Amino acid sequence: MKIKVLFFASLREQLGRPGEELELPPNIDTIGGLRDHLRARGGAWSSAFAPNRAVRAAVNQDMAQPAAAIKAGDEIAFFPPVTGG
Amino acid sequence: MRVAVQREDFDLGAEVRAISRDSKVGAVASFVGLVRDVRMTLEHYPGMTENAIRKIVDQAGSRWQVMDCTVIHRYGELAPNDQIVLVAVASAHRGDAFAACEFIMDYLKTQAPFWKKEHRAGGASWVEAKAADDEAAERWKP
Repeated sequence: MKIKVLFFASLREQLGRPGEELELPPNIDTIGGLRDHLRARGGAWSSAFAPNRAVRAAVNQDMAQPAAAIKAGDEIAFFPPVTGG
Repeated sequence: MRVAVQREDFDLGAEVRAISRDSKVGAVASFVGLVRDVRMTLEHYPGMTENAIRKIVDQAGSRWQVMDCTVIHRYGELAPNDQIVLVAVASAHRGDAFAACEFIMDYLKTQAPFWKKEHRAGGASWVEAKAADDEAAERWKP
């Protein structure tokens, strides 16, 4: 299925892109699964999504936990813990 | 209720007056966050930011009497002493206004997708999230 992935702040800089359109294999259907999938690309991806790295996610602009489901057409965002206010 | 995410500065007095017109309003509590001593760039997630703030304001409205509320958060380049964020809550009495204002600010700190990058003489670096901010939001859990 096709999804849109966005990256913000330090993650965007580290990965050298603000996001991308992505065709996911059918077995990847959660936020946690997608994170592992991206980490497996190696290089900057493996450190950006390392298990000990604090990375937050949103599905269709709503904060989401690693178990949250992904479906075709979703906008998934990954970013570091927020620091506004 | 007004939520704005903008580059431009805001006028605290004008914003407070705008939510004070109803004669049933007896209290307005407001908070303004300022840049301390370092120049910074604020990035956000357009679309999600406004939604996240609206949800926080709705939660405040379900716990306290909120007659009106304005939240303004700036993004882009900010200099020391610049205003970053405004939360203003109008209510009949001060207890609700104070509590809702503090709740909104505490939740905004941990839920609204903003990121600060500080520009110091030695270079630029992203601000790390603070555990104290998570704890501040946590204490509002029913």
